[in-house]
Amino acid sequence: MSAIDPSLRYQRREQGLMLLLASPAVIVIVALVVLPVGWLMGQSFYDGGFTLEHYKRIFSEDIYWRSFLLTFRIAFTVTVLTLILGYPVAYAAAHARRPWDMLILSFVILPFWTSVLVRAYAWLVLLQRTGVANQVLERFGLISDPLALVHNELGTVIATVHILLPFMVLPLYSTMQKIPRDLMLAGASLGGGPLHTFLRVFLPLSLPGVVAGLTLVFVLTLGFYITPELLGGGRTIMISMVVSRNVELYNQWGAASAIGVVLLVCVLAIFMLVGRIIPLDKMLGQK
Amino acid sequence: MALMSAVPASAAEQMLFVSQGGAYQKAQTIAILDPAAKKLGITINQDSVPDAWPIMRSQVATGKPTWDVVDVATNFCLRGGEQGIVEKLDFSKIPNAAAMPAEYRSDYSIAYEFYSSVMGYSLKKFPDAATAPKTWADFWDVKKFPGRRSLRNHPLATLEAALMADGVAPDKLYPLDVDRAFKKLEEIKPNITVWWTSGAQSAQLLNDGEVDMVMAWNGRISALVKEGAKVTYTYNQGILQSTSLCVLKGAPNLPTAIKFLNEAVDPVHQANLPMQIDYGPANPKAYDTGVIPAARVAELPSAPANAKAQALMSYAWWTSADGEAAEKRWLAFTQK
Repeated sequence: MSAIDPSLRYQRREQGLMLLLASPAVIVIVALVVLPVGWLMGQSFYDGGFTLEHYKRIFSEDIYWRSFLLTFRIAFTVTVLTLILGYPVAYAAAHARRPWDMLILSFVILPFWTSVLVRAYAWLVLLQRTGVANQVLERFGLISDPLALVHNELGTVIATVHILLPFMVLPLYSTMQKIPRDLMLAGASLGGGPLHTFLRVFLPLSLPGVVAGLTLVFVLTLGFYITPELLGGGRTIMISMVVSRNVELYNQWGAASAIGVVLLVCVLAIFMLVGRIIPLDKMLGQK
Repeated sequence: MALMSAVPASAAEQMLFVSQGGAYQKAQTIAILDPAAKKLGITINQDSVPDAWPIMRSQVATGKPTWDVVDVATNFCLRGGEQGIVEKLDFSKIPNAAAMPAEYRSDYSIAYEFYSSVMGYSLKKFPDAATAPKTWADFWDVKKFPGRRSLRNHPLATLEAALMADGVAPDKLYPLDVDRAFKKLEEIKPNITVWWTSGAQSAQLLNDGEVDMVMAWNGRISALVKEGAKVTYTYNQGILQSTSLCVLKGAPNLPTAIKFLNEAVDPVHQANLPMQIDYGPANPKAYDTGVIPAARVAELPSAPANAKAQALMSYAWWTSADGEAAEKRWLAFTQK
């Protein structure tokens, strides 16, 4: 026992020191995240005593499934749209010269600093029957009856895409900025056309940013509340709205937290599945 | 000397009153709280919470509530009574309540002010009073009255309206035939553009022309009318609703709270309220004080003539097991 390899002992001491240094952060995370989430999970099995009643309700009433499906469908749509819209913007910002890149980024960041509530109302004004969008379309004779752009799933998706776009653009931009220009030049000098070098060199190198953006936007959309509440017309009932209704209806944290636990499990399952195909940890630059 | 007499022995008496804040709480401070405090020689501290019910529960659960009197939707007072969160009231100590109809009171609550869920509509869409919609049956009749509609995303008052649309008389609504109401709601569902969730939203929808007909609270539509919007509403088949005052179980200043309850429904204070905001007094005697001008009386939801045209919501039914089941069914209804 006493004959321990000195290098191993050194390594152990190093680890112990690291643990000590990390302890304040660990304490904060335990106090602010682990304990409350744990309490909430505990509540989901509690109603005067141990019970599976809250989970039984989720799995026996199809209204919950409808909301889960809708939420994941919206999250998927929003994620794909933000990628399609965000990639060119990030690309432009990463390649533009000095004042222009700042201008592009400020267009991305300025709305980011505006309250979600304000932006949701702004979309309401733009998209409603008598709103700017419908008036313009009518003026140009493209439509004769106002389109139903809001108070439905479409309105929710439009506003959510706008609100979450910075979460796609910013990680993309930071990844793209780090891609050395020389590589593109090298590709071109070896005879690759612009499209070819983009597809074979730039795109693969920007993938970590893509995965980070997709992850952020997808997870954030799952928890959206104000936007579907205001722009969904009362029919676009996302899971966070079901959580709040459950608190109101059943007056129990358990009923609501059970939904939260199911959502958490679904998200983790999805990430594990995606992780099988794409090495998430490598993409996110952890290792 | 003057200073001495301004501080009577009872100045130490105080209590905490909780209401919903905003223009409403400001109006009642001027009309009721300040005059009542002055008359009783007590200090009324205030707090405002838009959604008091969960806090009422947790206040009592801690065993040391700090709130005394709460002004909330009547169903919460009744539910609080059932769950031991609200004190049972001794009406012999609240003589002012004697003039109020029995339906305005319960063992745990006393009606404080009335509002109404009414049908509002656009005057641009229905300019002629003779051919404008007048009943919930008209609201449901999409052929005769084409246009976009909005209802509240909540079963209270909405189920009542559906039953009236199906031909149930306003005074024969309770116990609600829940199945029949939901069946009738399924009928109008495809024509509901928005299920609104906040009072401000209901007014905005009508004002912006997003919908042509809406079930909304009278004060929201009358505010639009005052701003000059081309909208109007009818009290016909409106659903008369109230907020009530109740006292938290174990309130720290129980005797003061009861004294205040009596003063809060004093006819003169009550008559002052509609002079500040578009809500009706809960004590009908307020209409006999002469404080409210006749033109104003005609606008108020609880005025005798308007009350007669409406259905009075039964909060007792809504807090019953059937009522709670109907409330839970709503979520499934809006989702399909």
